This record gives sequence, structure tokens and C-alpha cells, in this order.
Amino acid sequence: MNRIDPSESRTNLPKMPGPPRWAQRLLEWYCRPDLLEDLQGDLNEYFDRNRTTKGDRKARWIYCLDVLKFFRPYTIRKPDFINLLIHWIMLGSYLKTSRRSLVRNKLFSLINIVGLAVSMSVGLLVISFVADILAYDDFHEKKDRIFRVITTFKTPEQPQVDLASTSVKIGKQLRQTVSGIEEVTILRNGFGGDARVGEATIPLGGLWADASFFRVFTFPLLEGNPATALKNPYSLVLTEKTAKKLFGEVDPLGKTVRLDTLTYTVTGLLKDVPKLSHIQFDALASFSTAESLFARQDPNFYGWDNIWQNYVYMVLPESTRPESVLRSLTGFNKAENSRITNRTVSVSLQPLREASLGPKLHNAIGPTMIPLVVWVLIGLAMVIILSACFNYTNLSIARSLRRSREVGVRKIMGALKSHVLGQFLAESILIALLALVVSLGLFLFLRTQFLALDPFIDNLVSLEFSGRVIGSFILLALVVGLIAGVLPALFFSRIKPVLVLRDSSTLKIFRRVTLRKTLIILQYTFSLIFITTTLIGYAQYRSFLTFDLGFTTENILNINLKGNKGTVLANELRQIPGVVEVSKSLLVTSLGSIGGTTMKYKNSQDSALVWLNTVDEHYLPIHRHKLLAGTNFTRHPKTAQEESEIIVNEQVLKRFNIAKQNPQKALGEQVVVDKKKLTIVGVLKDFHYGTMENKIEPHMFRYFTDEAGGYLNVKVATTDLPATLASVEEAWRTVDKVHPMEAKFYDDQIEEAYRQFSIMIRIIGFVAVLAVCIAFLGLLGMVVFTTETRLKEISIRKVLGASEGGLVYLLSRNFLGLLLLAAFVALPATYLFFDQVVLVNFAYHRPIGLTELMIGVLIVMMPAFLMIVSQTLKAARKNPANVLKSE
Amino acid sequence: MKGTNLGEFEELVLLTIAALVNEAYSVAICDELEKHTGRAAKLGVVHAVLNRLEEKSLVKSHLGDATSARGGKRKRYYEVTHAGKVALVKAKEVRESLWNIIPGFNLEGSL
Repeated sequence: MNRIDPSESRTNLPKMPGPPRWAQRLLEWYCRPDLLEDLQGDLNEYFDRNRTTKGDRKARWIYCLDVLKFFRPYTIRKPDFINLLIHWIMLGSYLKTSRRSLVRNKLFSLINIVGLAVSMSVGLLVISFVADILAYDDFHEKKDRIFRVITTFKTPEQPQVDLASTSVKIGKQLRQTVSGIEEVTILRNGFGGDARVGEATIPLGGLWADASFFRVFTFPLLEGNPATALKNPYSLVLTEKTAKKLFGEVDPLGKTVRLDTLTYTVTGLLKDVPKLSHIQFDALASFSTAESLFARQDPNFYGWDNIWQNYVYMVLPESTRPESVLRSLTGFNKAENSRITNRTVSVSLQPLREASLGPKLHNAIGPTMIPLVVWVLIGLAMVIILSACFNYTNLSIARSLRRSREVGVRKIMGALKSHVLGQFLAESILIALLALVVSLGLFLFLRTQFLALDPFIDNLVSLEFSGRVIGSFILLALVVGLIAGVLPALFFSRIKPVLVLRDSSTLKIFRRVTLRKTLIILQYTFSLIFITTTLIGYAQYRSFLTFDLGFTTENILNINLKGNKGTVLANELRQIPGVVEVSKSLLVTSLGSIGGTTMKYKNSQDSALVWLNTVDEHYLPIHRHKLLAGTNFTRHPKTAQEESEIIVNEQVLKRFNIAKQNPQKALGEQVVVDKKKLTIVGVLKDFHYGTMENKIEPHMFRYFTDEAGGYLNVKVATTDLPATLASVEEAWRTVDKVHPMEAKFYDDQIEEAYRQFSIMIRIIGFVAVLAVCIAFLGLLGMVVFTTETRLKEISIRKVLGASEGGLVYLLSRNFLGLLLLAAFVALPATYLFFDQVVLVNFAYHRPIGLTELMIGVLIVMMPAFLMIVSQTLKAARKNPANVLKSE
Repeated sequence: MKGTNLGEFEELVLLTIAALVNEAYSVAICDELEKHTGRAAKLGVVHAVLNRLEEKSLVKSHLGDATSARGGKRKRYYEVTHAGKVALVKAKEVRESLWNIIPGFNLEGSL
């Protein structure tokens, strides 16, 4: 009950501001009643004293500090069990009234439950996603003590490259010279090929791993000895799945597997690698094999700067801090970098959990999620959920008139403030739990959609239920219920029963109008931002796909040769009627895959990295590259030694200032690449080599001699595409019987290259639609409520002669104003965000169009506008006689 | 142990209460302590000690009359109980008996 202390309010009011109210409240709340009065008095006395000596501000500050300091075991009030008991007893009554009010106002209940359910389903999705990401590599027993050596590679010419891989050398040095490390293991990627057992041939992918692999990681061996399985050369450890494919039900231990020309012996059988592991493989081969295979061929196998294929992981004992290892790594960096010129290679440490959730590194061994993406997802879900909570808050407070009598009666019967508070919180939590049930169904649907969005996501997470996930779901519902219900509950708990019961119109339902308006503006601002973001993003995405790259990609089918020699297949393909021409290239450019090497001109000191693609003589015509001067390759050497010609773009002339950048005069000039002198026979107009994020840089074409690997580019012109593709596939099968053909149209590949972008757009687009719907629902509720409340006023106005148009204007004016305000906040914000943050990452992009912004506004505003007008019109058209009669 | 042993600060507070007679309430005790010992007596500390002394029933307390000072809140006055007086006297006797057995020269010159 509200106890008013007249003496207190009278003495306090006219004077200077007293101690902070919240501090006083806090003290009243926690302090034992028998100590309270004296303590308050003491603090007041000190407060007055401090005010005269130290000033107002300081005194208030000290007061707050003291209140916090007095929070001690002996001052704390014991929990009020009677109160809790009453809550418990009254629960049945609360539930009953809640149910009645839900059923009585079907529209509002529907808006609340649907809004909360939809938004919570997004929340559930994000929770299970984040839970999966956090659960990565959880199965390793020593997960908290495992660290990975990561590398930074720097040359004077290029920005630094951060790598997840490192050198074999650092692994060996750590093992031999640094004390205080429990275990070091070295892995190398690139193991694999076609495994043959008898007649069966199965492609295999995996890693080279040394004998300590099983002492660092927890991959349980079903058969074989973990200490020796990866010790000897040509040992092979298979996962259960792979073993089944190769050997069926036969026990694989001790059997042999042929890969290329080598024979491996199976020494172990592993349980399948869990999905949530950043290291994935079909099979492991002993690292000693790799050493014996490559160390002889490659003199730099153990080199400090051979950092592209190896991974080093270590386990530290519990007592060792990573800093001590880091210190020895810095020592190695200094010593080794003094021995190499023109580049620096620095190693450092990374804990295991950052391997799956951490900064993006090149040569990552498995999928990596950058924390920013996770935060963005959490942020999106939060905005949506808060928006639905706003709806609940708004509608509950707006409709408080209907329930204030109930609260009044409860209070008169003896309910305390805290009881009413509890009742309304219980109600909102109940509704949130109801919404949770609905949202679970939606979640199951969303999950399949989300996983189908991209193979990357499907590989990354499974989104399965677990105890922790379900617990978080329920927690989410509780939190949502609390957030949505706290303001209405506070509002109801403060209702003065006498006033309400005497005359309910005294209840100031329009007192919190500013709050409600702000919430609506917030909702619409976010909706607009999301929608315009989606539209602008989509427009940019379309422009990337249709961008003029400087060459054509139309009707070109790129076939991955998978290590086969291309010439035979190319000849076969030329026989097919639908095929115009076939060319060969090492890379398919403009997709993000790049390769380059250094070039020198006359000055032997001046070298620069030039991007490279090796192609045959058919490549330039098929892709319609524009020659500014010179010709296509004139000589077609059979071996790499005979190579003598090179074709470059304008940027190369500019970089080295060849022949004063005059294409005609540059012909015949010689440049040095890979210690070979090559003559420029052609100069090409600049074209795009990387994606839209990269600027056009120096680029060269070299001749593709008859080597294995690379791609065939098949120019297709046919009316019967399926038939042509079928014959292409047939031709492939005559050349390679093991691998399925991997052929994609160039345009489709470009689309794939921007897939991350399109996934982001789709996710934000989805969120945008939800945000708009939820905001729309909330606005609908508010409009319906306001017009209903003002029905009598409208009728009187009408009787007195107001026109329908005038009434619609009167009723909708405020809402339209809110929408306009939201647009004024949202549009500049989105524009600036794209202009300053997003698009600066893309060297080539189209300017942000006003049309997208306008369309966004229309999409959001039109339904809202129509709804407002139709609702107000409905109210304005009511027969005033009927309304006024039914008093 | 409770009720038999006095801590150093407890003893000081108890003595102050006895000295202040009828005016012994928390703020006044703090001020008096500060005046005599010269060290800052924090309200929080004194309050806790008063609470403990009352728990040990060395002091008892009652609320005074309401005045317009202190925001209209009443003061809690403390007085030393019989047990408190016994404890004080005992503490004094312990000290004196120890003082008596110290040879005179041992502490000379340190004053």
C-alpha cells in the first residue's frame, strides 16, 4: 500500500534538493526495518554536514557511496517469506485474470503473441548458432591448453598477410629448444588423392600429421596404437567412414592402400571427426612420409619462410603461461629474420578457441567465424526482439484503462505494490512462454532455411538441440517477458486505487505518450534502416554481377581439369557441334583466386609483384580481351624452357614506365620474370583480375605449355544446351574415369564469388521483413486503440458538423508525423553508413541511388499509411447516433 | 568467547558511550572518538561495532524523540549495560596488572 508520510514530504520539498532519491530508495529496500530509521537519520545528518562543508554535489556523492557501503550482512533485510507465499497462493488468480484478458482482447493478444513468437524464433536461431560456434573443439580434453602458432608474412610491396599456417622449422625448434611445452605436433595439408584398394578407387582428402598428434588432440582411436600409429613413413590412419568406403566391413588394420605410386599401410582406425571440429579430414598420413617425400625435392622444406602448408599446435602444462612461449617465439623471429632479406616472417600464438571464432586468417585449416559476424547476428536478433517487446509495452500501457479497475480492487483487498508488480510480470512472462512454444515451430522451419542458405553454413554448424541450448531458449523467454512487462507492471503497481475506483477517467493514460511515441519511432527507424540496407545492398550486388570486367564471361563453361592434361580433352571437345572454341588457363580470374610473381624491367633493383595467369593462344579471343597493340601469342612452345613471349596490361607499362607508357612502342621490350627474359608481344586494355574489392593492378599473361592441371574454358553456342553438356560430360569421362566432371558457367561462378555478400543481403532482408511486420502490428494496435478511445469524441465532432476527411486528418496526423520523423532519422543514417563504412571496401561500386532509398520508404510507409487511413476512416464513418446512444 | 573479550576498538567505543552518558548516539560517538583518538572514525565501522556490542549485550539502545533535524528521523541512543561495565572494568584491570609488573626503567624515556 502507498504509505504517504506528510511530515517528510513537507520538510523536504521546499528546501534544497536532498540526497538522491534512488539511493534513499535502495536503502529503504535492503535495510532491516529496525535499523532503517536510525541509519537514515545518521546519513541525513552527515549529508547536511557535508553539504555545508563540501558542497552539494560532493555531499550527494558521499551519500550514495555510504548507502552502498552499508550494504552488509547485518543490515540486510531477511527475505519476506509471507510475501512470497502470498504470490504463490495468488498465482492461480493471476493466471485466471491473465487468461481472461487474453481472450477478451483477441486482436491485442494476437499482435503480442505473434510478434513475440516471430521475433523470438530469430532469437532462437541466433542462440543455437552461437551455441554451436562456442561449442567448437569442445571435445578436446586439453582444449584450454592447446595453442596454435600463427604467422605474419610481410614484403615491402604488399600489405601484410596473416596466416594460420607456419613453418616446419618453428615446430621443430619449439620441440627441441624450448622447455616448458608439454607437446608439439606438426600438421601439413595437401595429403590426398585417389586411394586404390584392389579395384575400388576413392578420392581421399586429409592431412599429414606427426606422432604427437594424438597426444595434443582428442581424436579417439578405435583400433591401433596412438603412440605409434603415425610414427613410421607410409602409415595411414583412416576414419571409420573412409575405412568403410575403402574396405567395407573388413577390418582395415594392416591392410594397404595405394595413393598415386605409393603404398600406405593402415595403422589405425579413428572415430569419425565430430562436425564441430575445426580440423576435418578423411585420413591422416604420417608426417615422416611427407618429410621423406618432399624434403629431398624441396631444399627449402625446413626453411623459415616455408610457411604456406604447415600447422603447428602445442599443449602447454597448466603451470606454463603462453607469454613465456611467446617470448621465445619473439627471440626466434629476431634471429631468423636477420638471415632473410626482402621479407619478414613473424610467428605468434593463438589459443585453440580462436581457430574457429577469431580473426580471419589465410590458409585456415577449417571454417573460421569472425566475432563481428556473430555480434551482428546477435544485434539483429536483439533489435527484432526489442521491437516486439515495445509492442507489448505500448499496447499494455495504452490499454491500462481496461485493467485499472481490476488493479484497484486488488489493492483495496490488500494487495501490496509488489504483488501487483509480480502479477503483471507473471502475465508477461506467461505470454512470452506461450510465444516460445509458437516460436519453436517457426524455429524448426527457419533452421532448414538457414542451413540451406549456403553449403558453408551447413558445414559450419548443425543447430542441433542440446540441454544448454534449450536452457538458453527458456532463459530468453523469461528475459523477453521481463523486458516487455517491466514498464506496464511498474505503471499498474503505482495506480492509486481510490482515484481509479471513483472515476477511472482520472487515470492518466496519455501521460506516457512521449515514451510510446519514442518506441514507435525507434521501431520504424530500424525497419527503414533494414529495408533500405537490403535494397542498396541488392542494387550493389546486381551491379557486381553485371559489371563490365573488361572481357566477356558469357556462355563460357569452365571445366576444372583436376590434374589431367588439357590438350586431349580440348581436342575431344572441339568435335562437339555446340562448342565454338576451347582455351586453357591456369586460373579462372575475377573470382577471388589469385596468383602472382615478381617482374623486373631494365633496372635489376626494381622488382614488383605482377598478377599472373597462364593461358593458351585461344584464351584471349574467347574472352574478347581488347588488344591495344601487338598480337596474341605467336609461338606455341611445348615446354616451359622454350617460353619467350608475354602479354601485359596497361598497368604494367605504367608501373615500370615501359616506353613512356606507349603501347605500340612497348612491343618488343623485354622483361624478366622467374629469371627468364620474355618479350612483350601484346598490350591489353586494363581489365579486372580480382573481385570488386580490388583495384586494377599490373597483370600479365604467360603461355600455358602442355602441363597438367588448370581449367578448360569452353565457349558454347548452342540451342540445345542439355545435349551439348551431355556430350561434354561424355568427353570428360573418356579422359578421367575417377573424378566426376566439375564444370560451371563463368557467370554462375561470378555469382558464387559474391555469395557471402548475397547471403548477408538475404539475412538482412529477412530481418527487415520481420522488423517491418512487427512494427506494423504495433502501429496497428496503437491506431485501433486510439480511435476506439476517441470514438465518442469523434461522434460528437461529427454531430457538430465535422467532415469525414477532417476527422481522418485529425486522427492520423500524429501517426504520420511519427513515421516522417522515423524516415528523417533512418535515411541519412543508412546513407552515411553505406557511403562511409561499407562501400569504401569496394574499389569499384555504383553510387547509392536515391531510388533505393525512396522505394524503401514506400515499402515501409505505404502499408502503414493505408492502415492508418482505413482504420481512422472506419471510425469516422461510424454512425454517431449508435455510438452516443450506447453509453 | 562472545561477550567475554573486548577488541581494542570495541573498548574505545564502549568507553565513549559511557563518557557521553545520555548523548551517546552514532554520530556523536564518531565525533567524540575522533576528538580523543585523533584518527578518523568512519560511521560504517562504528555502526558495525555498535551492532556487535548490542549483540553481545554489552550495550542496549532505545530510540529518542523525533525532531526536525536529521530529516525527521529519530536517533538511537546507546547506554552501557551491567555486562558492559564489567567487561570495561575487567579490561582495565588486565592492563593495570600488566603495567604493574613492568620494571620502571623499561619504558622510561619513551614518553
